[in-house]
Amino acid sequence: MLGADALVKCLELEGTKYVFGYPGVAICPFYNSILSSDIKTILIRTEQNAAHAASGYARVSDSVGVCAVTSGPGATNVITGIATAFADSIPLVVITGQVSSELLGSDVFQEADITGAVESFVKYSYLVRDVNDIPRIVKEAFHIACTGRKGPVLIDVPIDVQNAELKKFAYPESVKMRTYKPTVKGNMVQIRKVAEKLAKAKRPVICAGGGVILSCAQDSLRKFADKNKIPVVSTMMGIGVMPTKDPMYFGMVGNNGKPYANRAMNEADLIIMVGARVADRAISQPDLIMENTVLIHIDVDPAEIGKNAKPSIPLVGDARHIFDDLISIDINGNYDSWINSLRVYRQSMEPQREPDPSYVDPAGFITLLSEKMKDNAVYVADVGQNQIWSCAYHIVKNGRFLTSGGMGTMGYSIPAAMGAKLAYPKKQVVAVCGDGSFQMSMMELATIRQYDIPVKIIVLKNRYLGMVRQYQHFKYNDNYSVVDLGDLPDLSKMAGAYGIRFMKLSNMKKADSIIDEFLENDESVILECDIDPMDLVH
Amino acid sequence: MKKIYSVLVENRSGVLCKVAGLFSRRNFNIDSLAVGETDDRSVSRMTIVSSGDSRTIEQVEKQLNKKLDVIKVKTFFEDESICRELLFLKVKYNKTNRRDIMENCEIMGAKIVDMSTNLMLIQMCDTPERIQILLDMFKSVSIVEIARTGCLALQKCTETE
Repeated sequence: MLGADALVKCLELEGTKYVFGYPGVAICPFYNSILSSDIKTILIRTEQNAAHAASGYARVSDSVGVCAVTSGPGATNVITGIATAFADSIPLVVITGQVSSELLGSDVFQEADITGAVESFVKYSYLVRDVNDIPRIVKEAFHIACTGRKGPVLIDVPIDVQNAELKKFAYPESVKMRTYKPTVKGNMVQIRKVAEKLAKAKRPVICAGGGVILSCAQDSLRKFADKNKIPVVSTMMGIGVMPTKDPMYFGMVGNNGKPYANRAMNEADLIIMVGARVADRAISQPDLIMENTVLIHIDVDPAEIGKNAKPSIPLVGDARHIFDDLISIDINGNYDSWINSLRVYRQSMEPQREPDPSYVDPAGFITLLSEKMKDNAVYVADVGQNQIWSCAYHIVKNGRFLTSGGMGTMGYSIPAAMGAKLAYPKKQVVAVCGDGSFQMSMMELATIRQYDIPVKIIVLKNRYLGMVRQYQHFKYNDNYSVVDLGDLPDLSKMAGAYGIRFMKLSNMKKADSIIDEFLENDESVILECDIDPMDLVH
Repeated sequence: MKKIYSVLVENRSGVLCKVAGLFSRRNFNIDSLAVGETDDRSVSRMTIVSSGDSRTIEQVEKQLNKKLDVIKVKTFFEDESICRELLFLKVKYNKTNRRDIMENCEIMGAKIVDMSTNLMLIQMCDTPERIQILLDMFKSVSIVEIARTGCLALQKCTETE
């Protein structure tokens, strides 16, 4: 058995169904071996999107996303996708081809020190020197990617190693690493302290981050919040932890969040921060929160606790295990008056918009769209104004909300939506992007068509890099610099060129019927919405 | 505040780069760094001296622990440890200062390990503070080259170990 066969065999044993990638000479042995496997391959149109598609797949299927690209530019192109996954703790295994071992370090054609280059964006990386290490390394890579704080792992395989003969293929049943033992169960002493503090608190709030979803703790958190009647807010990555209309949910926090969610955080006397990094976009002044508040920080990664805010009670472990333990304790707090005041805030503080009726109002449109989407649909927001509008107005019912929260990588939505659709072909998957972010991934229309991946695409077209234009509006007194997209391209012709159905919405008058038609069949459609170029997200 | 991190790591290529990269990326200082094998050849010990406030020190330790090539991190302050550094100092001498140089070495417990007609190579193994004293004493002498290993340290012996 060759090294390349062993790689494929390992992926099969890990249950991999799809490999997203782009071949080149250095990864050709692998792509030759995969032909005799049931694993499906998707030829993505640029390597960055291979990682995004694997990310969408991983997030929706709750498994490890896999991509495989060639050496040199193939490997360097995938870095942005890896960094995007790393920032949001998405489990990926990225296989890169590499030049022959004896040439390493001699700067030959398409050689790049990829393990060195990705060091700060991966959970771990391997450069395979001995073909007999392949089974152990792949086993470890999958284990590392999807346990503890999840994240991308890179395996760099020189072409001679892929072509070398293995002595014997034996896939290890378990992983033995003396340096890696993530904490799963929370410390019961700390958990009891949380319960004691909660019993004394008057205005508690749970701030849920993406870690809650990554550890599949949504149900446990909902049950805990419901049993003890504790209000919940979320970060951007935590959207979907609670259904948007749940009476105990009070929206997204942060500088782009709901004013009432931020008010809940500011007035709370106890905050349970769970699976969240306390990063600048969500909590701009962590010192202020800590002043008169009991901060309980739950995270599977000990390094996140105390990084940006010093908690009163640090609690390391998997969110699901911790909430399951917390549910079993009777706390008997009474926070009714606190919840009532939050409800008043929610009613009175919802930002009012005065949209220009000659355009599509993104707020009204996204609300209407998400009401009409299926209960378990996947909504993938890109980056830019479209992301902020999506966060503010998308109504999550029982589905998923995906976006690039940590890295804010434009062009994420279309490839991630493709990955999500392949993970669950029966689910409705809608990618919402702006005309800027659409153009960063529009080459994937070919992939969508070629492999018949029926994702729905909405382009909120405002002819600007809206988020930057808005920043320049406030900060530089409307001196717009390099943000005009020039009303290009003609999306109807683009769609036509790829044989994808095109629809257009110019204002809100026909929104109802157009959205119905857009969502109707399980086919790929591009819906272009004309947005007021001067519209702002605040 | 100076803190010493005694870090046991997997003895593999690239590990030094990963650990050093972590410090620079996260804006942590490295005052000195020394690496060598331990009694187990698959394990190296890195001795890193770093400074920062208590929050930084806690983060350094946590981030080190997060690295999958790091086996164990021990941290201690200088006064809880025995700390030594090796210094090589090559100086120019002449008839008039030769005696002074030799006396200074004797007082400080430094050794002259090599010499030529106009150069001396001085070796000293001591605490970083005492090495600094020696260097201060040689300010008036013409120094050709200096090499320092950085600090090596282990925690003081206790009954509980």
